[in-house]
Amino acid sequence: MTFAAPLEAKSIRFRARSFVAFTLTPEAPLDVWLEGLDHWIGNSPGYFAGRPVVLDLNTLKPDVAAIESLVGVLGHRGIRIYAIELDGHTALAPNLPPVLVGAKEATTDGLLPREARAEVLDRAEGRAPEQPAEARAGTGSAGKDQASDGKVDASKAGDSEPQIAQEASGTLMIKAPIRSGQAIVHPHGDVIVLGSVASGSEIIAAGSIHVYGTLRGRASAGALGNRGARIFCRKNEAELLAVDGWYVTAEEMEGVSRGKPVQAFLDGESLRVSTLS
Amino acid sequence: MGKVVVVTSGKGGVGKTTSTAALGAAVAKTGKKVALVDFDVGLRNLDLIMGAERRVVFDLVNVIQGTAKLSQALIRDKRVETLFLLPASQTRDKDALTEEGVGEVIDKLRSVFDYVFCDSPAGIERGAQLAMRFADEAVIVTNPEVSSVRDSDRIIGLLDARTMKAEQGEHIAKHVLVTRYDAARAARGEMLSIDDVLEILSVPLLGIIPESQDVLRASNLGSPVTLSEPLNSAARAYLDAARRLEGEELPVIVPFERKGFLDRLLGRRAA
Repeated sequence: MTFAAPLEAKSIRFRARSFVAFTLTPEAPLDVWLEGLDHWIGNSPGYFAGRPVVLDLNTLKPDVAAIESLVGVLGHRGIRIYAIELDGHTALAPNLPPVLVGAKEATTDGLLPREARAEVLDRAEGRAPEQPAEARAGTGSAGKDQASDGKVDASKAGDSEPQIAQEASGTLMIKAPIRSGQAIVHPHGDVIVLGSVASGSEIIAAGSIHVYGTLRGRASAGALGNRGARIFCRKNEAELLAVDGWYVTAEEMEGVSRGKPVQAFLDGESLRVSTLS
Repeated sequence: MGKVVVVTSGKGGVGKTTSTAALGAAVAKTGKKVALVDFDVGLRNLDLIMGAERRVVFDLVNVIQGTAKLSQALIRDKRVETLFLLPASQTRDKDALTEEGVGEVIDKLRSVFDYVFCDSPAGIERGAQLAMRFADEAVIVTNPEVSSVRDSDRIIGLLDARTMKAEQGEHIAKHVLVTRYDAARAARGEMLSIDDVLEILSVPLLGIIPESQDVLRASNLGSPVTLSEPLNSAARAYLDAARRLEGEELPVIVPFERKGFLDRLLGRRAA
């Protein structure tokens, strides 16, 4: 008789990671642009070697054949294209790199969504933004703001689609309770919740998470790879706590830390949940 | 302009329809003009609980599609003359409802009635969202059980996001109505306490309806308990809740179990 090997009860870890890629934006006329690129490479040989490069074709908008030849031409110069940005396309051709969407701009303040970056640039150049602020907020989350002063209101996320906070940087403060089914995603910093976080809701933050009510839902801090992020709550009834992909479930927290004010933080390779005095 | 109140819960079987009928009848008894609208297209029940099932000719879907006038579809209650019912269609499904159509019907009702109670279907899908869409206030019916409370919390999130008022940046008034509260089980800690429910939902309490066989009996006889047995404990709780809904400030008494001699000696009444 043979026995199947027992499946190892090992949980799979999912985590979001950010990498910085260089974006090349070819402009017409292409031969002039390539000449400039060659000049640049001539001054800094090996600059692109081993670096992830994304090709932004939203300015040039070439057809598929032109993209193929462009990728080849860049390949001859030692520039390997990891992905292509081209609005309105989800896939190009099987032999071309994948299409990438949702890019954020790297700045000294951190990562910025594209629209926000455009506004920052506009402001820096002393121009008025092309879109009014309300119109921009409307694309990201429905309704007017109640939760934070003049910022996009993530607490109105009454939908299963996660509401992504669109603020440029810093802390997201939510003054209303977070209801079951709501998901608050804040990729730019800490999240502070003044009310409770209901069972069946979720907070995902790049930074730390502070809950001044009872935390009954799920909280993931440092979700973009910040090991130093922590989770604090006044009363821990959480379904799951995670920092940088390491997590503990409610079952594992049974006993010592349930119902108490706690903090959760990474200690080496494990997530520790300790009570706050 | 009348007030539109959606009665909703998320979870099924917690007492939305029973509460719609009991609250609506209680408000109508004070002389206010009240319309009860059944949004549970395909699974209508409000007509049965109101005892009007044999008088249904036209329904909400007919009115929305223009095959009947609103005045033709409204059924006047035989016991309270200011109480009307707009039944749902049993043969159609919820796709027969359109947002514009529902909006027009609600606007007409609002201009004629003092109160429009919308009996929401269970769930969080289209039917439930249309029932709450044009509401000014919401009554969230909850049993003191974890599953019911969590679903109610989800519904409150939707009320704050998907209603017309919320989208216009206004506040939609919300009230929690705890139904099927069993004092004996609560005393043994087998149910969530009222404090737990309110702490989780953080919405003001409209009333506590004790678990009562009278409520079920009244429903099966086709009469809201506030009309058929106005003196029993559940009916009194509904009548008080209706007064609170109209803005009166009444203290909420948590029902407790009659414990025997000592309680009677102290003059407490069993709820």
